[in-house]
Amino acid sequence: MSLKLNYQLMSSDEVTVTLNRMADEILKANNGRPVVLIGIQRRGVPMARRMAVRIAEKTQREPQIGTLDITLYRDDLTRVALQPVVQKTELPNIDDRDVVLVDDVLYTGRTIRAALNELCDFGRMRTIQLAALIDRGHRELPIEANFIGKKIDTKDNEVVEVKLREIDGEDAIYVMEKI
Amino acid sequence: MLKRKDLLGIQDLSRDEILEILDTAESFQEVSTRPIKKVPTLRGKTVINLFFESSTRTRTSFEIAGKRLSADVVNISASTSSVSKGETLIDTARTLDAMAADCVVIRHSASGAPHTLARLTKASIINGGDGAHEHPTQALLDACTIRQRKGRLNDLKVAIIGDVAHSRVARSNTHLLTKFGSHVWLCGAPTLMPAGIEKMVCENVEYLHLTNSMDEAIQDADVIMMLRVQFERMNESFFPSVREYFRYFGLTSLRAARAKPDVIIMHPGPMNRGVEIATDVADGPYSVILDQVSAGVAVRMAILYLLLGG
Repeated sequence: MSLKLNYQLMSSDEVTVTLNRMADEILKANNGRPVVLIGIQRRGVPMARRMAVRIAEKTQREPQIGTLDITLYRDDLTRVALQPVVQKTELPNIDDRDVVLVDDVLYTGRTIRAALNELCDFGRMRTIQLAALIDRGHRELPIEANFIGKKIDTKDNEVVEVKLREIDGEDAIYVMEKI
Repeated sequence: MLKRKDLLGIQDLSRDEILEILDTAESFQEVSTRPIKKVPTLRGKTVINLFFESSTRTRTSFEIAGKRLSADVVNISASTSSVSKGETLIDTARTLDAMAADCVVIRHSASGAPHTLARLTKASIINGGDGAHEHPTQALLDACTIRQRKGRLNDLKVAIIGDVAHSRVARSNTHLLTKFGSHVWLCGAPTLMPAGIEKMVCENVEYLHLTNSMDEAIQDADVIMMLRVQFERMNESFFPSVREYFRYFGLTSLRAARAKPDVIIMHPGPMNRGVEIATDVADGPYSVILDQVSAGVAVRMAILYLLLGG
C-alpha cells in the first residue's frame, strides 16, 4: 500500500491560528480555571505544549502538561502483526483536576476510549475534555470532542496526515489517499 | 520488532533486537511508579513459570512483570510437580501446551533445556537460566542498568569476576557487551576459568580478555560485575577455603579504588557477603545492585510484551 496526496488541508500559518483558537476556547470554556493539558503520543504531545504556551501568555500562569501513551490499553494488540513501539507516559497529579486530552486526528474514537481507560487508572478527574485538531468522522464509539480545530468529510480510504515541526520538521495537514 | 517466538539466549539476538527490548523496558519502568501498577495489555494470556532450580529474584520478577501486564501467572516448581514423580521434561512441556499456555519461562540445570522445549511447544519459551549456558534476561537487565548509568553500551571496560566456570550470567553478559563493542575482562581463579572460554564469542574476539589477576581486571574499569560462588554446583574443591578465596577474589573497597572514579558495582544476586563481595561495597555508594532488581521487572515486562503482545 502506498499513499498519494489528495490535497493540502492546512498550511503552517493555519495550523498555528487553529491551535491558538482551540487554546482560547479551552480557556473560555473552563472560565479561566486551571486545566491540565495531556497530549496523546505522539503528535498530541507538541500540540499540548503549544496550547500551554498560548494559555500561559494569556493568563500569566503556565498550565500543567502531561503525555500519555495508550499502546498498552489498545483493543487491537492481538490483531496487529507487529507491536507498536511503547512511548513514555508522564502525568502530573490529575486527581480532582480538569483535564483536557489533546490528539491530532479524531477518527474511530478507539484511541480516546483507550486514553479514558488509562487516565481512570491514575485517579478520579473532575472533568475530562477532548481537543482534536481534525475531526474526520467515521466514529465506531459514542465519543465526541469538546474542542475541534476543523471538521471534514473523509472517505474510508483516505488518511489525514498531521505534520508538526517538533516531529516532522514542518507544520501542515495533508489528506492522502491509499492506492 | 521482535520477530521470534522464543527468547533463548543473547548469542542469537541482533543488536537491534537488544536495543528494542531495552527501549521498551525504559518505557515500562514508568508503569511501576503508577498509583495502579497494572495495565491491561496481556489480559487473558497465561504465563507459566517452570522452575527446576531454586530462584527468588527471577521467578518473582517474572511473576510481577506478568501480573503488571494483567497476564495470569502460574508458578510450578520441580519439587511440587509431577517431575518429582518421574515425568520427563518433554512430557511436562506437552502437558503445559495442551493447557494452552501462551508463554513458559523455564529454568533448568541442563544447558539447552529451553531449546528442546521451544521445538516442541506452540507456547513462547523464555530462558530463565539453563545450566552454565545462558541467562538472557539477566544480561538484558544488566545492560539496561549500565545504559542508564553510563549512557552507552560501547567503549566500556567491564570486569566480570568470580566463578566464571559455573556462570551463565557471565556468558550472556559477555555475548551482549562484546556485541556492542565494550571490553569484557573475565577474571577468576584458574580452577574457576573454564578451558576454551576465549573461543566463546565468535565475532568481536578482540573485545574479550582473560586474566587471573583481579587487580588487572579492575584497573580503570567502568563496571565491575561480581559473580556468586556457586557452591551448589561444586562437587569438588575449587579453592582451599572461603577466607582464602575472599583474600584473592573478594571485592573490597580498597580493590575497587583501582577502577574509574565513577565505577558502578553490580551483582546478579543472591550475594555471598564476605565471599565474593565485602558488605561495605555491596551496600556502598557505587553499588547498583538494587537498580538491577528494579530494571529486571521492566525488562521482563518488555520481553513478555514483545513476545506475546502482538
